[in-house]
Amino acid sequence: MGVAVAIDRVEKHFASLQALAGVSLQIEEGEFFGLLGPNGAGKTTLISCLAGLSRPDSGSLTVLGHDVVSDYRAARRLLGVVPQELVFDPFFSVRETLRIQSGYFGIRNNDDWIDEILANLDLGAKADTNMRRLSGGMKRRVLVAQALVHKPPVIVLDEPTAGVDVELRQGLWQFVRRLNRDGHTVILTTHYLEEAESLCGRIAMLKQGRVVALDSTANLLARFAGQTVSLRLAPPAVLPQHLAARATLVDGSCTFHLAGARDIEPLLADLRQAGCVIEDLRLTQTDLEDVFLGVMQSAGSNRSRC
Amino acid sequence: MTGFRTLLYKEVLRFWKVSFQTIAAPVLTALLYLMIFSHVLEAHVQVHGIAYTAFLIPGLVMMSALQNAFANSSSSLIQSKVTGSVVFVLLPPISYGEFFLAYVVAAMLRGLMVGAGVLLVTVWFAVPAVKAPLWILAFVVLGGAIMGALGMIAGIWADKFDQLAGFQNFLIMPLTMLSGVFYSIHSLPDFWQQVSHFNPVFYMIDGFRFGFFGVSDVAPEVSLTVVGTSFALVSAATLLLLRSGYKLRS
Ligand SMILES: Nc1ncnc2c1ncn2[C@@H]1O[C@H](COP(=O)(O)OP(=O)(O)OP(=O)(O)O)[C@@H](O)[C@H]1O
Ligand SMILES: [Mg+2]
Repeated sequence: MGVAVAIDRVEKHFASLQALAGVSLQIEEGEFFGLLGPNGAGKTTLISCLAGLSRPDSGSLTVLGHDVVSDYRAARRLLGVVPQELVFDPFFSVRETLRIQSGYFGIRNNDDWIDEILANLDLGAKADTNMRRLSGGMKRRVLVAQALVHKPPVIVLDEPTAGVDVELRQGLWQFVRRLNRDGHTVILTTHYLEEAESLCGRIAMLKQGRVVALDSTANLLARFAGQTVSLRLAPPAVLPQHLAARATLVDGSCTFHLAGARDIEPLLADLRQAGCVIEDLRLTQTDLEDVFLGVMQSAGSNRSRC
Repeated sequence: MTGFRTLLYKEVLRFWKVSFQTIAAPVLTALLYLMIFSHVLEAHVQVHGIAYTAFLIPGLVMMSALQNAFANSSSSLIQSKVTGSVVFVLLPPISYGEFFLAYVVAAMLRGLMVGAGVLLVTVWFAVPAVKAPLWILAFVVLGGAIMGALGMIAGIWADKFDQLAGFQNFLIMPLTMLSGVFYSIHSLPDFWQQVSHFNPVFYMIDGFRFGFFGVSDVAPEVSLTVVGTSFALVSAATLLLLRSGYKLRS
């Protein structure tokens, strides 16, 4: 298997703001790759550079070996992008939109594949409806369909499930999983971390334009394996120094990461000794959200303390 | 080629679906100009020995064609930029040249349709002669292409609709209105005659009118040279802009 997408030291500034601060990533053919990060981390900017919607200040990007600037036609033919913004052309119906999009990619008589996409995205009944008359979630599905008209080997989905109902989300993932099984490389950004956890084989986490974590989903989960204890303390809660250093603040609760259940007892003892009164306690298995928060806080300078 | 053809088809469909505003409305405007000006001037003015109404018709045809060619590419681009749907034409593997040609040809076609419409409704008032149809075609095609390309530049440059309106009101309107549509520049004071010679639209109108009457303010070969050179310059500028990604690929 070759390299589907190679991103090499890409930097991008918007005036004084550094949106991408030297991002390097290599995504193999056939991967289901997650690109995660908080708002403003640079995910969309990176995707725009890959799609040729934005020009990087420095660094290079290739799609299946084709440079996105010097060999842009080949690179774009191999790439299907679902943009994050909900955009549509109000002049056309769903089917017209998809036929036109096929034509842009040099494909004529694409109706069989268009019908298949429409069926898989549950848009069959709306095929001849004008884009203006679709609900937000339906417009989002058309965006997904538009990205797939030319059967791109590399599919990039920038938050494809924002505003899409549960049933369709399931359907969409089934469809994308099938495309992935058939050999399409998939790159996904999402703020639904359960989705990323269950779909992505490998994940990169971005923060302020830098890659702060890059590993297989399994390894990331293992790195933070164990339990998370969330405690709400009765005020005035002043944690002793050595505990405060380990805690992170989430939704007003102090969260401690533990290697296993047997670490709970010493923690509680320490808290009792410090005179803290526990109002509420929750114990959860580590999931991607904990990993995400852990990575983001250790990568950032301004971690919030209890 | 399919990419270019599809983009051209899409651009034509875009104005065709709203042809009431994009074709019928400008034809009506031109008709109103004709009725007013010919009513006022027909009895008093002859140009190159031609009755005023007959003289006016080709000018109105060309002016409408030019203004609408400009309106087509500029409004299509600004609309898709403002709504964000411009990504649909930026993501596919369409080359700069194809992109340029599709917008320019669509703009020219709208100009031709509006021009033909104006001719059709004004021909009831006076039938202009057709002395040299090839000149007519050459000037309307080149003129439409120049305006289509200028419209692309304006549409790419403008971030908001009012900026585009400014471009239209302060550049395109004066250039087209003061180009000898309503008069022969020989009737102007010397100074304004000289100024008119720096207006490329003057040569488009003058050459176009030569195709009808076989007479013009300057020789049609001169006009064609000026118009052809303008086309080459504006096209080169537009292609450079597209290649640089200016405002389209930030
Ligand atoms: N066209 C632009 N002009 C100026 N700044 C921009 C532009 N596009 C993005 N930015 C800035 O670049 C940074 C990265 O934005 P980007 O859209 O890539 O974030 P993101 O990771 O996709 O966030 P989200 O999860 O909210 O979609 C942000 O600070 C944003 O304000
Ligand atoms: Mg984004």
